[in-house]
Amino acid sequence: MENQISEKSTRVREEKKDVTILFAGDSGDGIQLTGSQFSNTSALFGNDISTFPNYPAEIRAPQGTIAGVSGFQLNFGSVEIYTPGDLCDVLVVMNAAALKANLDKLKIGGTLIANTAGFDKKNLKLAGYVDMRNPLENDFHGKYRLIEIDVTKLTREALKDSDLGTKEKDRSKNMFVLGFLYWMYNRELAPTEGFLKEKFAKRPDLVESNMAVLKAGYHYGDTSEVFTSRYEVKPAPMPTGKYRNAMGNQALAIGLIAAAQKAGLSLFYGSYPITPASDILHELARHKNFDVRSFQAEDEIAAVTSAIGASFAGNLGVTASSGPGIALKGEALGLACILELPLVVINVQRGGPSTGLPTKTEQADLFQAMYGRNGEAPIPILAPASPKDCFEMAFQATKIAVEHMTPVMLLSDGYIANGAEPWMYPSASDLGEIAPKYAAKAEDEVFLPYKRDAKGVRPWAKPGMKGFEHRIGGLEKADLTGDVSYDPDNHQKMVKIRAEKISNLAHVFPAQEIDQGEMGAQLCILTWGSTYGAVKTAVKEMLETGYSVAHIHVKYLYPFPKNLETLLKSFDQVLVPELNNGQLVRIIRSEFLIDAKPLNKIKGMPFTSIEVKEEALKFINS
Amino acid sequence: MSEVESPQYTAKDFSSDQDVRWCPGCGDYSILKQVQSVMPEIGVEKEDIVFISGIGCSSRFPYYMNTYGMHSIHGRAPAIASGLKVANPDLSVWVITGDGDALSIGGNHLIHLLRRNFDLNILLFNNEIYGLTKGQYSPTSPEGKVTKSTPMGSIDHPFNPLSLASGADGTFIARAMDRDPKHLRDILRDANSHKGTSLVEIYQNCNVFNDGAFGQFTDKDTREDTTVFVEHGKPMIFGKGGSKGLILENATPRVVDLTTGEYTVENLWVHDKYNRFKADVLMRCFEVPEENGLPRPFGVFFETERPCYEDMLHEQIDYAIERKGKGDLDALLAGTNTWEIK
Repeated sequence: MENQISEKSTRVREEKKDVTILFAGDSGDGIQLTGSQFSNTSALFGNDISTFPNYPAEIRAPQGTIAGVSGFQLNFGSVEIYTPGDLCDVLVVMNAAALKANLDKLKIGGTLIANTAGFDKKNLKLAGYVDMRNPLENDFHGKYRLIEIDVTKLTREALKDSDLGTKEKDRSKNMFVLGFLYWMYNRELAPTEGFLKEKFAKRPDLVESNMAVLKAGYHYGDTSEVFTSRYEVKPAPMPTGKYRNAMGNQALAIGLIAAAQKAGLSLFYGSYPITPASDILHELARHKNFDVRSFQAEDEIAAVTSAIGASFAGNLGVTASSGPGIALKGEALGLACILELPLVVINVQRGGPSTGLPTKTEQADLFQAMYGRNGEAPIPILAPASPKDCFEMAFQATKIAVEHMTPVMLLSDGYIANGAEPWMYPSASDLGEIAPKYAAKAEDEVFLPYKRDAKGVRPWAKPGMKGFEHRIGGLEKADLTGDVSYDPDNHQKMVKIRAEKISNLAHVFPAQEIDQGEMGAQLCILTWGSTYGAVKTAVKEMLETGYSVAHIHVKYLYPFPKNLETLLKSFDQVLVPELNNGQLVRIIRSEFLIDAKPLNKIKGMPFTSIEVKEEALKFINS
Repeated sequence: MSEVESPQYTAKDFSSDQDVRWCPGCGDYSILKQVQSVMPEIGVEKEDIVFISGIGCSSRFPYYMNTYGMHSIHGRAPAIASGLKVANPDLSVWVITGDGDALSIGGNHLIHLLRRNFDLNILLFNNEIYGLTKGQYSPTSPEGKVTKSTPMGSIDHPFNPLSLASGADGTFIARAMDRDPKHLRDILRDANSHKGTSLVEIYQNCNVFNDGAFGQFTDKDTREDTTVFVEHGKPMIFGKGGSKGLILENATPRVVDLTTGEYTVENLWVHDKYNRFKADVLMRCFEVPEENGLPRPFGVFFETERPCYEDMLHEQIDYAIERKGKGDLDALLAGTNTWEIK
């Protein structure tokens, strides 16, 4: 940073292990950008972080209303971080609606930073403060540490010499807040400066104005007499290596590209825009120089069937959607299943049923993935545990699809997709190989498209390969030849063959590990998908307290790893927290005859570790 | 594909080892035969030809072709073919579909395929009935059609498939019939030569559930008066012994008698397949001939050039590689902001 930022020597520096900040404001206030900038800067500083953007379904809901509140929560620390945090240490609100929507998320004794310009009569009315009493004049004293800043006024002042219009000036008020928090947590401005220079490469005047406001916010903290303490959150002791920040959908897209490259395949991505999966399409469309063929199809069905067509032709066919779109793809997934072609299907789950809660997270599509097709159509199901894990699981899903000639379902969710965390990224040479099983035969030999190897995998013969001309289709096919067959015995045989090919993957998948705790503990908490972080945090704390508890996190949901049953049967009790009405728990009960108990949250929001711990303790104490 | 001499095939080389299982007398037999006859002439290796179909009687077609093929799911053949063409633009791709498959359950895919103009051929077997489900009316059945699902007559207004294709900006739009093999083969060759999506509607008789639906266009007694075979650059003459012609007055076609001396061939509408407006008028000759006297046209109605989706997609990929260099996986993995913990 070019400018030296002076500091008043009287300031108290307080060291913190971890801090949770929630930025909240109107969806047009630049909240997501503020949050992601603070995250990136903290990650570069060496903190471990986890983030959770929470935005409304409407693009621009009426300004100043509760419906229009956008939030970005981040948890950063000098210790390992697994969730975006339960309750916040700091709540930043740009207007009255943001306060009303989020005050219950602030810890008692926490810091409330409010933009007073967002608390005028109009904003109070829009936020539904019926008596028009300004909540900031309330008795927050003693309960929260209230820092009132007229951000709008100070932003305009910082830009009084600028030629920009008032509207454009006001747009940079998020930079004031960001600058102020950079001061509070002793962060450098350089990463954000770099970001602004790139974002506004063609508008140097905007780089200048945003930087002016960012610095104004920083200096305001330094010079204002009100604030007595700054905080220090030291870098986390993370494993040595090279890191970057990764958002779930982005890591997933990169995982697909990496897998396609490792398999020597061109990546075809057929997709129809849907929240919260669209960012995968956006990310892939940016990487055409990796021979990525992104295809925005006319609908969800064309998205998946075009991918099937591409796979038939020898590309890696991939499609993604969220629950409603996956429902539309159902018939085509059955086709991919009976054709036995590679296909990666991603479901970034959101609240359902129907359109449900498009921008909120949920894990309620496990049954859909498991059972949502006509006929006997088993498909392997994988689920990433966190944003960075999306890379690994997308890679593994592709490997299974290609090497076992099958569609594979990857269940992400909105929480993972939009969340971010530091990722110790691999180098290309560290990644495993993916070996497509192309058809081969002697010249005079008849090609049998459904002749299998020892793993039950059929060969992949793509159009253009001379001597391998063959027809495949959705009708039941005779063993070996693939010719249409209505023979009753053949049908039973083929159903069993296809099922066995998938169930045998249990031997291919890595053995299930216990994430924390020991076999035979009093309680095992069993999780899948994005509940990983909250449960990891809860179990860590319980183990530190001395409780007999263990945590198992399943990433391979169908088939289950072969040792999962033995592990689960070693515990006195099994608790399955899920963001649904009880899906994995039912599968576990029916598969293993274990009296597993559910813990369900269906609010469109992730678990907090407190919620998990409270429920878990009931089991241990009883 | 390498530059090699055209492969020497016969129609028999394109016949697969599967027994053809359409009803005896079905119009599909003729279409299959004409397609198998034309294949050796298109100069493409067998392994580079792919037939993709949806569901319906016509969609069994790929099983009978000794090429690559996929019998997919109802209505989705155009979407599958789109992905196939993106994956390998060099393939000669033929979509086989029917009136229910293409115009009802798969209507969306059909129009989007046409506007994107993938370089492939669609053969739309139109029999104005649902055959495989045993006789319900289809989106091309005429109003009043009595079928199992419309015992009091259909109240659905039918599609005009060619006008629909034109509305979707199809770049090659043609009509043929199962009962005129030579004309059908000509149209198939033209469709194959066209660069872009070629839509060929083929009137096909379902002798079990809708026998004679196109009888007036195919029966010896009536066909000369009810059909006009249009050719680019030629006047539109029809009727017994070339006794009638079509003229275009105020953008409206009218039948004239060439035997009275009032009109001669010189006065007639000369077909210009490159004229979109006139082609649209021609496609609108869709009424029942007995009612307004206009014959039903057959032939290539319209043809134009427009870039193909798959070519533009690959141009973008090539350009991206030229500009940014071939993708470097390590650079992608690292992204733009990294830090190291030592």
